[in-house]
Amino acid sequence: MSVERKSLYLGRRGGIAHWFRSGEPMVWLNAGAVSFALLSVFGLLWLLAWHGLGHFWPRELLEFSVSREGELYTVLGEQVSRERVSTDQLRAVGVRTSASGKWELRRLVKRGNRDFLDTDFAWLLDSSIVEIRRPRAVMRVERLEWGNLYGRLLGIEDRGKPVATTAAADEAATWALFQALVAENEVMRAAIRDLEGEEVGRINFDMERLRLRERRLALAGEALPAELAERRRALEADYEVARQRLLTLYEQSERYSYRVALADGREVTLPLGQVVRAILPNDMGVLSKLNYYRVRLWEFLSDDPREANTEGGVYPAIFGTVLMVLLMSIMVTPFGVLAAVFLHEVAGQGRVTRVFRAAVNNLAGVPSIVYGIFGLGFFVYGVGGELDRLFFPEALPSPTYGTPGLMWASLTLALLTLPVVVVATEEGLARVPQSIREGSLALGATRAETLWRVVLPMASPAMMTGVILAVARAAGEVAPLMLVGVVKLAPTLPLDGNFPYLHLEQKFMHLGFHIYDVGFQSPNIEAARPLVYATALLLVVIIALLNLAAVALRNRLREHYAALDAPV
Amino acid sequence: MDKPDTHDKPVATHGFDLDALHRRPQAPIQEADIALSVERLNLSYSGKPALRDIHFSIPRRRVTAFIGPSGCGKSSLLRCFNRMNDLVDGCVVSGRVMLEDTNIYLPTVDVSQLRRRVGMVFQKPNPFPMSIYENVAYGLRIQGINRRRHLDEIVEKSLRSAALWDEVKDRLQDNALGLSGGQQQRLVIARTIAVEPEMVLLDEPASSLDPISTLRIEELIYELRSKYTIVIVTHNMQQAARVSDMTAFMNLGRLVEYDSTDRLFTNPQQRQTEDYITGRYG
Repeated sequence: MSVERKSLYLGRRGGIAHWFRSGEPMVWLNAGAVSFALLSVFGLLWLLAWHGLGHFWPRELLEFSVSREGELYTVLGEQVSRERVSTDQLRAVGVRTSASGKWELRRLVKRGNRDFLDTDFAWLLDSSIVEIRRPRAVMRVERLEWGNLYGRLLGIEDRGKPVATTAAADEAATWALFQALVAENEVMRAAIRDLEGEEVGRINFDMERLRLRERRLALAGEALPAELAERRRALEADYEVARQRLLTLYEQSERYSYRVALADGREVTLPLGQVVRAILPNDMGVLSKLNYYRVRLWEFLSDDPREANTEGGVYPAIFGTVLMVLLMSIMVTPFGVLAAVFLHEVAGQGRVTRVFRAAVNNLAGVPSIVYGIFGLGFFVYGVGGELDRLFFPEALPSPTYGTPGLMWASLTLALLTLPVVVVATEEGLARVPQSIREGSLALGATRAETLWRVVLPMASPAMMTGVILAVARAAGEVAPLMLVGVVKLAPTLPLDGNFPYLHLEQKFMHLGFHIYDVGFQSPNIEAARPLVYATALLLVVIIALLNLAAVALRNRLREHYAALDAPV
Repeated sequence: MDKPDTHDKPVATHGFDLDALHRRPQAPIQEADIALSVERLNLSYSGKPALRDIHFSIPRRRVTAFIGPSGCGKSSLLRCFNRMNDLVDGCVVSGRVMLEDTNIYLPTVDVSQLRRRVGMVFQKPNPFPMSIYENVAYGLRIQGINRRRHLDEIVEKSLRSAALWDEVKDRLQDNALGLSGGQQQRLVIARTIAVEPEMVLLDEPASSLDPISTLRIEELIYELRSKYTIVIVTHNMQQAARVSDMTAFMNLGRLVEYDSTDRLFTNPQQRQTEDYITGRYG
C-alpha cells in the first residue's frame, strides 16, 4: 500500500528531480525568453513614445524666483526634468550650494529667449528656489529663428506706432489681435513659400537647363540660336516679376511688431513676421491643449525642418526614406530573382555553383559601411563620373551623377540586400515540386516556358518574403547612406513638378541619418533630444508599415498559389 | 454475371476477372497498326544499367500495360517514350525508339513537339496551382492558342472526355487544388488530351487514389482507348488485367514476356512471369 502511494504521490525529494525530468523547466525557460523579447520590444517602443510624443504637449509655464549669492532673479520657462545630483559633483564644477546633505535636487528649465540670454536651458537647484509661481498671462511663442520666446505680451505696433496695448486694460482684445495677425502672417508665409519653391524654383530650373544647353552648343562649336537669348530674357523677366511679388510680401510681413516683457524685466520689440504660433499655456483648457498637440504633431509629420533640424518637421526625411526604399526594392527584386533562377534552375549543381552560392550568402555578412565605400568608389566616382563625361559634359566641372545621390544610395542598398532576396527566392524555387515541373514539360512546354508560367508564379510568395527582409534591412541602414547620398538638409524633394519629375541624381534626407544628425551633430542638444525620440519612433513605425504592405502583398500571392501548403 | 467459361485449366486464371477480357474485341494486331516500336534499347543511370536490350512494339489504339516488381525498369521504359529521362542527370540511352518513322532519340528531334504527341500522366496528381480552366488550357496556351472561344470549346471537350465536366462545369474558375485526388487525376488526364496527343503514357495513375476513384480512372482508360494509344505502368496486376489489351512483364531491366493480356495471365510462357502473377515471386 505504501509503495503504491509513493509512486503516485511524489515525495518532496523526488519532486525537483521529477520536475526537471518532466520538461517543465524548459517550457518556463522558453516562455521566459519570449516574454523577455516582447518586453524589450514594447519597452523600447514605450520609451520612444513617452519621450518623443510628450514633446508636442504644451507644458505649463512656471516662474521661478531664484536666489544666487544673495541676489534674487526670475526665470520663466517649462520645467523639462527633475533629477538628483550629488553635492560633491556640484562643488567639483564650482557650484556653490548651501545644502548640507549628500544629494540635492535640481530641475532643468527651458527658458528660451536665446537671442537675449546666453543659453536657452538652465539648471535650477531646488535649494536656491525661493518661490514658484504659475502666472496666467505668460505666453510661449514659437519663432522661425532663435527658438521659443517666453514672456508677457505688452502691445502690438504697426510700423513703430502702437495699435494695441495690454496696459489699457484690454488684454483679451490685444491677444485676439495678436492671434489674428499671426494667422494672417501664416497665410503670407505660405504664399512666400509657394512663390519661392514653385515659381522661383521652376525659373531657376529652366535657367540652369538653358545654361547647360548653351554650353553644350558652345562645346560642340555651334552658334547659339537667337531663340535661346530670347528665352533667357523671358525667364529673366519672369524672375523679376516674381521677385517684385516676393518683395511686396516680405514688406507686408515686416509691417507689424510686438512688445514683450521678459522674465528679467526687460522690454523688447520683436518682428511679428517671425512668429509661427503663440499660446498662453497656463490659460488653456484640455481641449485647446489637445488641439495644439494635434497641430504640432501634424507639423512634425508634414513640415520642413527649421533651425538646424531642431525645430519644425521631418517631412523631407520621411519622403526620402520611403522613396529610397521603394527604389531599392524595384532594383533589388529583378536582380535577386535572376541570380536565384540562374543558381537554382540554369547552372548545374556542381562545385562551382556551390562556391557561388556560398559567396552570395556571405555577402550578407559584409559590414554595411563596406558597401558604402564600394558604392562611393564604384557607383559614384566610377560609374557616375563616366556617365557625366559621356552624357553631361556641359555641366562639368560640377558633377551631375558623379556625386552622391538618390540613385546611388538605392543601388548601394540594393546590392546590400541582394543576398537576402537571392536566398529567399532560391528557397522558394526549391519548394516547387518536381512533379509540377514535369507536368508542364510533359505538355510540351520548354524549360523556359515552365519556369515563366508555373515555377516563378509559385515561387513569388518566397520572393516577396525576400523583399520584405530586404526592406526591413534597407530602411534601417544609415552608415552606407552617409557616403552615397544622404544629407543633413536637402533644399528640395527628389520628386517634384519639374521634368523629369524624379531627380535620381539629387541628394536626399533620411530618417535614420536625421536621428544621428539631430542627436549627435546638433548645436542645441537639449532642444533636439525629444525630436530624436520622436524621429526614432517614426522610423520604426514607417519600417513596420512598409513591411506590413509587403506582407499583405505576399499573403495575396500565397492565396493565389496555395499549392505548396495544400494537401494532395 | 457470366462465369469464366473458355479455359479448362482452372489454375491458369489465377482468380482474375476474365469477363472483362473476353468482352473485348480481340482483333489481331497488324504490322501497320504499330504506334511505337522499341529497338535494342539500353538505358543506364550514371553508368548503372537500368534497361537492357529492350525490343518490342506497341499497337495503335490499344492499352498496353507494363507490370513487374519495383525497380524492374518499367517506369524508366515509359519515360523513354516522351524523353522525360532527359531531365535526369547521368541518364544515357542507346538504341532506337521509333514513333512512326522517326527515331525520337535523334538530336534533330524537337522534344517539345514530341511531348505534345506523346502525353503523360504521373503517379501523383500534379495539377498546376491555377483555375481548373487554365489547367486544361495550359498546353494550348503554350502552343499560342489564346482565342477564348476556341479554348472554351477544347476545355469543355477535354473535360467531357475525362468524365469530369459534369462535376466541375459550374466552377471552372476555382483553383484546381480544391478538387479531390481522383478529380485532380482526371483533370490531369483532361489536360493531357486537350493537346490532342497520339499516345498517352500513364505512370501508375491510380496508385495514390482510393478504390472508387481508381475504378473511375480505369473506366476512363477503357473509354479513351478508342482514340488514343495508351501505355500504362501499374503495380496492380488486377488493374492490368482489367484495362489492358497487351501486357509486358518486366524484371531486372529486361522485357521477360510480352503478349496479349489474355494469354499472359492465363498461359504465361516464362517461369518468371508465372511466378510473379501467381504471387510466388520474391
